[in-house]
Amino acid sequence: MKRARNIAAGVLILIFAASLLAGFVAPAPYAAQFRDLVSAPASRRFWLGTDELGRDRWSRLLYGTRISLLLAPAAAMLATFLAVVIGGVAGYAGGWCDRVIRRVIDLFLSLPWLFLFLIVRSLLPLDATPLTSVIVTFTIMGLVGWAPAARIIRAGAQSLRNSDLVLHARACGCHGLRLVLVHIAPGLKPVIFAQFWIAIPTFILGEASLGLIGLGVAEPLPSWGNLLRELANPQSVMSNPWILAPLAVLVIVVSCFQLLLPEREFVS
Amino acid sequence: MKRLLTVFGITAASLLAQWGGELRFCLRSDPKTFNPLLVEDEASETVRYLTGGVLIRVNRLTQELEPELATSWKISQQGRAITFQLRRGVSFSDGTPFTADDVAYTMHALMDPALHSPTGDSFRSAPGDVQTTVPAPDRITIVFPAPVAGLDRLFDQVAILSSRSPKKEAATLGPFVVSRYTPGTEVVLERNPQYWKTDAGGRRLPYLDAIHLDIQQNREIELVRFLRGELQLINTIDPEMFSRLSKQEPAMARDAGPSLESEMIWFNQNPSAPLPDYEKSWFRSQNFRRAISAAINRADICRIVYYGHAQPAVGPVSPANRFWFNAALKSHPFDPKDALARLARDGFELNNGVLRDHDGHAVEFSLITNSGNKAREQMAAMIQQDLAAIGIKLNIVTLDFRSLIERISQSSHYEACLLGLTNYDLDPSSQMNVWLSSAENHQWYPNQKKPATPWEAEIDRLMQAQAAAVVPAKRKAYFDQVQEIVSDQAPFLYLVTKDSLSAVSPAVQNVQPAMIRPQTYWNAERLALAPAQLARNAR
Repeated sequence: MKRARNIAAGVLILIFAASLLAGFVAPAPYAAQFRDLVSAPASRRFWLGTDELGRDRWSRLLYGTRISLLLAPAAAMLATFLAVVIGGVAGYAGGWCDRVIRRVIDLFLSLPWLFLFLIVRSLLPLDATPLTSVIVTFTIMGLVGWAPAARIIRAGAQSLRNSDLVLHARACGCHGLRLVLVHIAPGLKPVIFAQFWIAIPTFILGEASLGLIGLGVAEPLPSWGNLLRELANPQSVMSNPWILAPLAVLVIVVSCFQLLLPEREFVS
Repeated sequence: MKRLLTVFGITAASLLAQWGGELRFCLRSDPKTFNPLLVEDEASETVRYLTGGVLIRVNRLTQELEPELATSWKISQQGRAITFQLRRGVSFSDGTPFTADDVAYTMHALMDPALHSPTGDSFRSAPGDVQTTVPAPDRITIVFPAPVAGLDRLFDQVAILSSRSPKKEAATLGPFVVSRYTPGTEVVLERNPQYWKTDAGGRRLPYLDAIHLDIQQNREIELVRFLRGELQLINTIDPEMFSRLSKQEPAMARDAGPSLESEMIWFNQNPSAPLPDYEKSWFRSQNFRRAISAAINRADICRIVYYGHAQPAVGPVSPANRFWFNAALKSHPFDPKDALARLARDGFELNNGVLRDHDGHAVEFSLITNSGNKAREQMAAMIQQDLAAIGIKLNIVTLDFRSLIERISQSSHYEACLLGLTNYDLDPSSQMNVWLSSAENHQWYPNQKKPATPWEAEIDRLMQAQAAAVVPAKRKAYFDQVQEIVSDQAPFLYLVTKDSLSAVSPAVQNVQPAMIRPQTYWNAERLALAPAQLARNAR
């Protein structure tokens, strides 16, 4: 298992490094259109072929990985942090505090956030760069995406609060912040990590869907989200299997993150 | 000669056509109304076309007017009045006889301001009531308060209602009647047993027993069902799917040539727009607009975005509109050097790959378009690269349609816009709301109190003159001048004219795809199914 973890860590480092060095590694600028070679198959010049505008898919994948691999985890981290704070407080405090927070979580889960994205998009200045647009998008996703994780973390915190371990710690005179940090937080760690890893692909695919309403990564900037939009057409997948490359990278990255998860389950 | 051959072909096909069977194709949404006077959406328009009887029909293939329920007509009083001689012995689908009273009833209903009929709006050239005179049951004169340009053509959209039938608008004079409607699922049309047209052998049309209109939004599913043989027609198909179909089943993919749909860009020239003054001065400059036009490679857009099924647009009228298209117009060729030369005339200078105006402002602007439209997003990306070659930075902003409309029609908070235009009506009078400077849809600077430029004043004058003229050749001469001014001043940069693409199963006979809608079923009463399809239906 340790070997698998090391391999996963190595693969992730490799992918991160390749995306960060895209400017040097990519054979062509991500926006360059080779108009005489549109939808070209994989070749020595274009390793993953070209897209419908003749742009090198390999270069776009490298640059897109940089965007998605930096911003999706950042948004996932923001969402998970909020979920830990809100869900943890609800589960640990219990009583009226728990009831109020549960209602807030339910409310957050039921609200149609799409409209918030539409409003934000219409309020963004027209000269906002594609990068600004995508940072705003991922930030909002992080700010509104905490509720599902908070519900699970609340349940975990509540379970731990009533566990023999915590009762024993309390009986030994451990209270307040020390009880939370030393006895409850370590027990919640696997749940928190799991929620964080789950959120990453969710946000990546969420960005792809938002692209349809103009809130994803704007042209010509690539991201996994807009690269995955090519898969919407099943016929083109059959004839151009190399358009599956972004999906393959997504699966590899998420699998590697999963392998890096702590093995220990929380104590109930 | 070509026309003679077409007529011969249709007649020969008629003699060979099989009777019976059900044709099946898709509507993209539920019809919003079955009242032919209130039709606004495409699905309702399809039902109206297939069920409604009209006095005059525009032949979709020849674009000529043909007599239907009226055997002849005459326009008088400088375009204010029209007199119809009606066909005798015609009945509605429920057996109620058709008379001039039905035409009078329909026209009064159509022009009733309380009804808010979109079809009626085309006839409203001035306030006042329409007057009808019925000297005989087969003759009627309709007098409008003011001359109506292209009056006879407008009757192509007017389905005649029965004044006496208890079934109201469900009694029709067209080849089919609505027999069943299941919301979200299908509309079933059955043959009108009283339909007046007959084939060459004297038998009553239509050939088909029924038409099933399946309500299906998803175009991929529509294509899969078509390829499985469950559907026999796709009236309009997008170029990407058409390209796939051409490779798979070339005989089923039908490109009828340029359609009436075009794509264009315009710059915001509204002086009250919340934009910097230097940008407003760029957009108001003819040289700047023509330079942008010259820098766009339209041929590449046609080849890449539309898979070769589009043509570089020349001007405001598509070549599909045979009568009104000004063939003398010259297209704006792709010429980045000419673009830079035009910009230099206005003091722009290209330094280190960045174009700057005479005050040193780098030329950068945003182009808004509606999100979710793949072709427009691709076009914008291509234009972005074309403009980068002359040092212009273009930011692409995709917005949901409502936000986009709010920006272009209310807040005026945008720099340039990429959108499409479809003229369903061939007559230029239907475009008065675009070309008049005082009009709401005069997109680059709407609702002007008085024309902002001499060339806009000239367009106003010419559009009003063509609307007032009765002789078609004179109207054409006026509108040709409008097209020339628009091409020269480039308030709209026309990009491409899309081809009319459809998919037709070999199981359907007598289909002759046209450039204007309804492309494939415009002669619905003469469409027939091949024997193999009839046998399949029977199974």
